[in-house]
Amino acid sequence: MKLYDGGKIIFGLIIFLGLITIPFYFNAGKAVAPPKPKLDTPVIQALAVKECVKPKEIMRAEHMRILDDWRNSVVREDDRQKIVIGGKEFTKSLQNGCLKCHSNKKDFCDKCHTYMAVNPYCWDCHFTPKENKS
Amino acid sequence: MSIDRRVFLKIAGITTAFGLGGSTLINGLKKRGLEASELPFAGKQGGLTAKRWGMVVDMSRFRNEHDIQRVIDACHNIHNVPFFKNPKHEVKWIWTDTFNHTFPGMESEFMMEGLEEMPFLMLCNHCKEPACVRVCPTQATFKRKDGIVMMDMHRCIGCRFCMAACPFGARSFNWRDPRGKDEDGRPFIRKLNPEYPTRMKGVVEKCTFCTERLAKGLQPACAEKSNGGLVFGDLEDPDSELREILRTRYTVRRKQELGTQPSVYYVIGGNDDV
Amino acid sequence: MFEKALTGSKRYWIWIFVLLAVIGAGFLAYLKQYEYGLGLTGMSRDVSWGFYIGQFTFMVGIAASGVMLVLPYYLHHYKKFGRLVILGEFLAISAVIMCMLFIFVDLGQPKRVMNVMLHPTLNSVMFWDMVVLMGYLVLNVIIGWTVLGSERKGTPPPGWIKPLIYLSIAWAPSIHTVTAFLYAGLPGRHFWLSAIMAARFLSSAFASGPALLIILALIIRKLTKFDPGKEAIQSLGKIVTYFMLTSVFFLGLEFFTAFYSNIPSHMASFKYLYAGLDGHNQLVPLMWISTILAVVSIVLLINPKFRENEKILALASVAVFFSLWIDKGFGLVIGGFIPNMFEGVTEYWPTQPEMMISMGVWAIGLLVLTVLYKIAITVKEEVEL
Repeated sequence: MKLYDGGKIIFGLIIFLGLITIPFYFNAGKAVAPPKPKLDTPVIQALAVKECVKPKEIMRAEHMRILDDWRNSVVREDDRQKIVIGGKEFTKSLQNGCLKCHSNKKDFCDKCHTYMAVNPYCWDCHFTPKENKS
Repeated sequence: MSIDRRVFLKIAGITTAFGLGGSTLINGLKKRGLEASELPFAGKQGGLTAKRWGMVVDMSRFRNEHDIQRVIDACHNIHNVPFFKNPKHEVKWIWTDTFNHTFPGMESEFMMEGLEEMPFLMLCNHCKEPACVRVCPTQATFKRKDGIVMMDMHRCIGCRFCMAACPFGARSFNWRDPRGKDEDGRPFIRKLNPEYPTRMKGVVEKCTFCTERLAKGLQPACAEKSNGGLVFGDLEDPDSELREILRTRYTVRRKQELGTQPSVYYVIGGNDDV
Repeated sequence: MFEKALTGSKRYWIWIFVLLAVIGAGFLAYLKQYEYGLGLTGMSRDVSWGFYIGQFTFMVGIAASGVMLVLPYYLHHYKKFGRLVILGEFLAISAVIMCMLFIFVDLGQPKRVMNVMLHPTLNSVMFWDMVVLMGYLVLNVIIGWTVLGSERKGTPPPGWIKPLIYLSIAWAPSIHTVTAFLYAGLPGRHFWLSAIMAARFLSSAFASGPALLIILALIIRKLTKFDPGKEAIQSLGKIVTYFMLTSVFFLGLEFFTAFYSNIPSHMASFKYLYAGLDGHNQLVPLMWISTILAVVSIVLLINPKFRENEKILALASVAVFFSLWIDKGFGLVIGGFIPNMFEGVTEYWPTQPEMMISMGVWAIGLLVLTVLYKIAITVKEEVEL
């Protein structure tokens, strides 16, 4: 078997490889530590039982599904049952639920979202609590 | 078996297409979210419920600009309804217009004095047979069990088919980002209510009969501030105040001939006090 | 076969790059619209669909009209269309692609377009429109490519293609019927609420599509060694004649019902379009141009002496195409929104970015068409020479 135009093809392949590996050159040697979402908001500090609706590991992996589930049940099925944790009631809501405790969107939400390069459109409509520090 | 380049490329292409398409499909079909029973719910909360919510607009109760503006502001302020100066981009949930514009086809050559100038309040009719729901390609607008025609802003793709279908002009599209500012630097949303979301550009919005307030046991904001001019209640409950009015007063609905069965009734009446 | 599109004359490449430049400009305008929102267009709360949806509607007609070649050739064995049929199918492909793009640029939340498939809604005509357009695209791609491939090899097309061809013949009217149903089933839009809407759509499609094909066939004969055939073009001329007459007749029916009944709401949109309403008359000149073009085209087409002269036929085809382009791509959609639901008038005129984006979509359609025609014609030239 003979490779026609072999020179051109191999040259082209090298350019192609060079291009698709650009992100690696860019970030080479710049290891970024995985972010740790901060939990020290005044509301959380004051909680007797520091518990979210699910354990940390599940929240980390599934919070977007839980939020999706909530918004469907609230908006579409009008199911607005409160969630009870340690005797305290929580609203099934991002703006009026989650963010009441996690009032530090920048340190809680954005850190990971930026790290994962995801850009959820929640904030196009839902308000975030006022934050003083960055 | 030997394959030539042509066959190889075909197979590779088809496999890629199926791989990409297939995974999207599977992700889409996979049941999203967790079982509701896994979370510690408090059980049903008290809220206002009905078989079919409806409203009566009693025009005799709206005596001046102020009565009307109070009602409109009550709604637009709590729902973060933006104000656009350009009338083409207008967003409104509840508003007024003249008799002829509110009830097209009911105008006559010789009309009762004062009727033409009366500002009639209009809002989504929450029709029993909503044309907007029929045409929506994503079920972003849908009818709830209690008759409320609801919008799911997360799902709306902004095709505006519902705006073409609604015979009442009750739907507004966000032609611009409602969170933006006008040329003078004034935000489109004059007063923010931090308890309620805004919308984003490219989705359709309208009155929801204040579902978020009903869930808390509160009347819709407009009805609450109307001094009895807007009576909200259950159309299917013969004992409701709403039905009492419909029994005793002559009421009309907008464009009844279209068969959408609006749930908003109007007492046009004279100047009689009730 | 695709490699045939990669070699061509200097003229071919200049044309391709001109189209790419227009596409680029359109894309930049789209980015601006994406950023700012659809407020960048001339559309409003009252006229909530505009030029994009008008163009979409018109292009569905062009796509459906491919059947005017496919049906006589495959069902009636009208051999004269043998050389043209592939051009009709490839025109359908590029037209359907334009339809989809026009819908896409009209969406407020384009990123969520997949919601139509993730939440299939059987009661929405728009869902069905997506289904039939997708289906029609796939059918034409498979049929066109397979038949052309066989022709190149000098073999008869494979047997399995026949049922698909028959299916595509039945499918073509469906795409335009469903598109008409987008409009014809809406309460309170008196201008659109007409049982004859789908029939009117189909007749105007079967006039404007073949008219465009005549123009394209004449251009191809001029620029390449491939001749679609004088008789085939004349047959297309007859098709255009009859359907243009039907189309104008159907429009006349609408006028009669509205004006003889004298029902104000039924007359209002017609008044706005052809005479102006409450002092608003922005579209009146355009609608009269459409009317004059329609009359001119009919005069030229109906007399066989004129029609048989290819220069006059070409002129008449251009007149038909632009007359219906204005009527359907502009008047039909805008007219339905004026007067609005409160019997007020808000006028509409596309903005510059809106036109740029539309030109971009047209350029994409022309690019697809050019590439497909280049392939088809090169294959045909090779087979014949």
